[in-house]
This record gives sequence, C-alpha cells and structure tokens, in this order.
Amino acid sequence: MDYLLTPFHYEYMQKAIAVSAVIGAVCGMLSCFVTLKGWSLMGDALSHAIVPGVALAYLLGLPFALGAFVSGLAAALLMGWVKARTPIREDAVIGMVFTTFFAAGVLLISIFPSNISLKTIVFGNILGIADSDIQQMLIIAAVTMLVIGLKWKDLLLFAFDPHQARAVGLNPTLLNVMLLTLLAATSVAALQTVGACLVVAMLVTPGATAYLLTDRFGKMMALAIAMGTLTAAVGAYLSYFLNGSTGGCIVVLQTACFMLALFFAPKHGIVASRVKGRAKVQQLQALQPRAERTSEPA
Amino acid sequence: MSTQAAAPAAVPGAQNAGGTPVIEVRGVEFAYEKGGQALSGVNFTVREGEFLGLIGPNGGGKTTLLKIVLGLLVPQKGSVLVLGRDPRALGADRRLIGYVPQDSGVRKHFPATVLDVVLMGTYSSLGLFRRPGAKEREAALAAIRHVGMEGLEGRMAGGLSGGQQQRVAIARALVARPKLLLLDEPTSGLDTGGQAQLFDLLERLRKEYGLTVVMVSHDVTALAHFAEHLACLNKSLHWHDRSELISEEVLRKVYACELDAFFIKHREHLQEFHGDHAPAGHAHGPHCDHDHGHDHGHGH
Repeated sequence: MDYLLTPFHYEYMQKAIAVSAVIGAVCGMLSCFVTLKGWSLMGDALSHAIVPGVALAYLLGLPFALGAFVSGLAAALLMGWVKARTPIREDAVIGMVFTTFFAAGVLLISIFPSNISLKTIVFGNILGIADSDIQQMLIIAAVTMLVIGLKWKDLLLFAFDPHQARAVGLNPTLLNVMLLTLLAATSVAALQTVGACLVVAMLVTPGATAYLLTDRFGKMMALAIAMGTLTAAVGAYLSYFLNGSTGGCIVVLQTACFMLALFFAPKHGIVASRVKGRAKVQQLQALQPRAERTSEPA
Repeated sequence: MSTQAAAPAAVPGAQNAGGTPVIEVRGVEFAYEKGGQALSGVNFTVREGEFLGLIGPNGGGKTTLLKIVLGLLVPQKGSVLVLGRDPRALGADRRLIGYVPQDSGVRKHFPATVLDVVLMGTYSSLGLFRRPGAKEREAALAAIRHVGMEGLEGRMAGGLSGGQQQRVAIARALVARPKLLLLDEPTSGLDTGGQAQLFDLLERLRKEYGLTVVMVSHDVTALAHFAEHLACLNKSLHWHDRSELISEEVLRKVYACELDAFFIKHREHLQEFHGDHAPAGHAHGPHCDHDHGHDHGHGH
C-alpha cells in the first residue's frame, strides 16, 4: 500500500498528476467538438504549428502561451490563404503548412539553445514543469472552460448545421476563429504534459471514445471529460512506476479505453454488432422453414 | 430609376389585398465580387399569410435572394424590408424568420435526437447563460407534433428518412414561432409522397397561424398547386399570380425568363413522374389532386 502511495509523497508528482488531470479535462471537453466537426487533422496541425512560437517566446523571455497563440494563428491564416489561392486540397495544404511550422520550430530550438530543450517541446516534460507554466496553463484551462460553457450551444449548432447557424445570426467565421483559438490554446496547455507530437491524441481520443458510447451530446461531453481527466491523472501516476514518458502513458491509456469502447460499446461496439448480426441471422433462419412450408402449396 | 420601380402599382404583389407586408423588396441589385450580376431590378411584396413560390434556373439568384431576405447578404442597390425592418437589424427578432436550409442532411451518427435538434431552434432566444428548460421542451414537443412526428422525438435525427429530416428542420424553424418561413428547395430530397405531405403541412401552418411562406423549388407543378404567387427568378424577377397558371401554354408564355435546358429537362421529368397529371391537368384548380403524391397511378 505504501508503495502505491509513493508518487504522492513527492511534490513534483502531486503537481504533475493534478496538472495532467486539468489538461485532460479541458482536452476532453474540446475533443467532442473536434470529433463532431471533423477537425482532428486541424488539431494535429495546430499542435505542431505552435512550436516555433513557443521557441521564440522562450528565446525572448515572453510568456510561451503568447508565442504559441501567435504562431498557431499565423499557421491557420496561412492555411486559409493558400487554400483560397490554389486548387490544392485542404488536407495537403494543412499537411504542408504545419510541418513547415514545426520544422521552423525545430530549427529555431537547435540553432539557439535556450533553457527549453527540443525534447521537452516534442515529448513534454510534466515532471519538470515550472510554477509560472502551471499558472499559464490554469488560466488557459479556465478560459477555455468558460468559453465552452457559455458558447456550447452555438458551437453545437455550428457543428450540426452551419447553414442554420448562419441563418439564425451566428457568425461562422467568428465561431471558426473561436474554435481555432481554443484548439491552439489547449494545445499550448497540453504541450508540457504530453508534448507537441501527442497533443492531438488528447484532443481526439476522448471525444471519439465517447462518441462510440453514447448517442447524446450531453453524455458524450461528460464521458469525454471524465475519460480525459482520469486517463491523464492515472497516466501521470503510472509513469512514476514505469519510469517512462508521462505523455506516452496517458495516450496509451486513452487508446486502451478507446479499444475497450470499440469492442464493447453497447450500441456501436463490434461485439454488439456481431451479436445483433447473429440474432438477425437466427431470426431469418427461424423464419425460413415456415417460409418454405407456406411456399409449398404454391 | 429605383424610385419609379418603387411606385406601388409597379411592384408585383404590392396591390394585392390582404394583410400587412412581410417582405418588401424594392429595386434590389446584387452582384458578387467575382461572379458578376446575380440580381437586377428585383421588386416584389409578400403579405402576411401568403405563399410565394420562387422558381428559376440554377444560378438564377434564388438562393441569393433568400440570403438577402435573411440579411446575410446586403444588396448594392435597393431596399429590403422584412416585417417592416431591415433584416440585418432584426436582432433578437431574427427568430421571426424561420429558415429551412437546402441541405438538412444530418450526419448519420451525430449525437442528437429529434428533440435535441428541434431544441436547437430555441438556442438563439436563450442567451448566453440559459440551457433549454421545461418551457423550451414543451414548445419543441408541440412543434414536433405540428409536423406530425410525435412519438419520434427520441429517435436519432441522423437515422431518419429524408422527408422526416425535412420535417424536423421545419419543426426546428417553427419552435421559434416565426412569422415568415423560408424554405430552400425542401422537396429536392423527397419522394412524391413526402412532397405532398410537406405541402399539406405548409398549407395547414399557413391557415392556422397566418404563417407567410416563401419556397424555392424546382417543382413547378407542386408550386403551381399550392403557391398563391409564383416568381420566376433569372437575375430579374417575373411575377405571376396563381390565377394565370392554368395551362402549360400559359406557363410557357408567362415565364418570360428563358425556358432553358433546366425547364425542358424538368418538364420531361414531370411527365415521367406524373403521367396524366402533367401540367395541363392542373387547369381545374389549385386543390384538384392532392393525391398525386401519394399514388402515382402508374400501376393501373
């Protein structure tokens, strides 16, 4: 028992678990909209595109959230600009722009060594998180939750039916920018926990898992938040014993949850569909002899 | 120029007796930045409780006109009044304009039931902090009953048929208690049975609530049945009152806009579908054969 509680004896582990849980919750919340809007690639893109901003911010001694936000926005604008001016498909544009940004970030960090290492940005380093970073994260988390709490109706309608959203007076451009901003901000917050490479998992997997488990948006949101929080906290906790990467632990746990849902979800799971399919076959088989019997006189 | 066009006698629909004007469009010119002129010199008035059918070739400006009435686009010239006000300045009263978009195709597994979708119609009147409550629920259930979907409120919206989804979209518009209902090609995804049901529903809503309806559709036959006025839009607008719509001959004559490939194709399509109920068969009045949708009569 004492052995299991050891992580809680260290302040840095307490912080890591608590911060991971908060980030997991926010990412889980946002992941519902990412899944419903079909924005996983965009999430992946933004989480990589913020890297040069983070690097520059550290070099210049600015809050890293600011740098990340500016560079994420620049990437989104650039994608829009290229897309509007070329016949190239959106996924190709996104793929090119975000890797370019990521490459620029990697270059910046390698050329101008600062107190942030490439490894920290790419793979995260929740155990070594500074108090000032925790502060920035908590602010981002609070703002994101507040915005979603106030605007979930608009965002839901926007994801469901953009035409109708426009007709009732919502501004789709504004909502797009809002979602992009939240995505960029959350990516920043998750950067130190799981790193730029794995952020997208936290922004997609909880929502995708919840999507398999329920048909109601409210439940989906609750499930995704619960899953995000738990997997992040438990992942951070387990990483102590495994002496391995926190981000890796969290994401593997999330994938495990997803696999469970994929197989055993009551309605959309593979097992459930098999059972349903078998029941149908049996039903048909049960009907067949009767059908043959009735067809005999004819 | 536009002042002359605005003279009441010259404006289609303006001289019709009846209720207060719901839509007043005067001398509207609209051009897209890239696509050139979309609307030119468009004038008309729709009064309370009327049903205007809007037809015309693809690219003729139908959807553009709807967007202008919704206040989503601003004409370069002319004026638009909806319920006596600038549609862009309706604010919270924007809910008075119900809109049923062209493609109400819901993604199959979107986690929303019929009730959830209809409740979305109440969002705009809820403000930032409120969630839909008992009052909204009741209104939504009433709207679901109105469109004949009672008992289906718990079904997943994405799993419904095209006609049912169309009804849900109408219920979502109705739940905000609109005075004006704009429908953009609502019949395109429906079979003839579904179309007939839709028109019956609109007729009922118009009679019971004095709802004003503007429908964009390619279904000239059905519109000729149910719409009081038909407007053909091909950059400019040609207005026809229903009394004129008695035969294909007249249809041909009054559609001053070009009977391009669309119309010819459409006529073939109609004859194929309606057989002996082809346009000429509508001569005997507006409500002659409601059953054309329920039963093609081909089997006889």
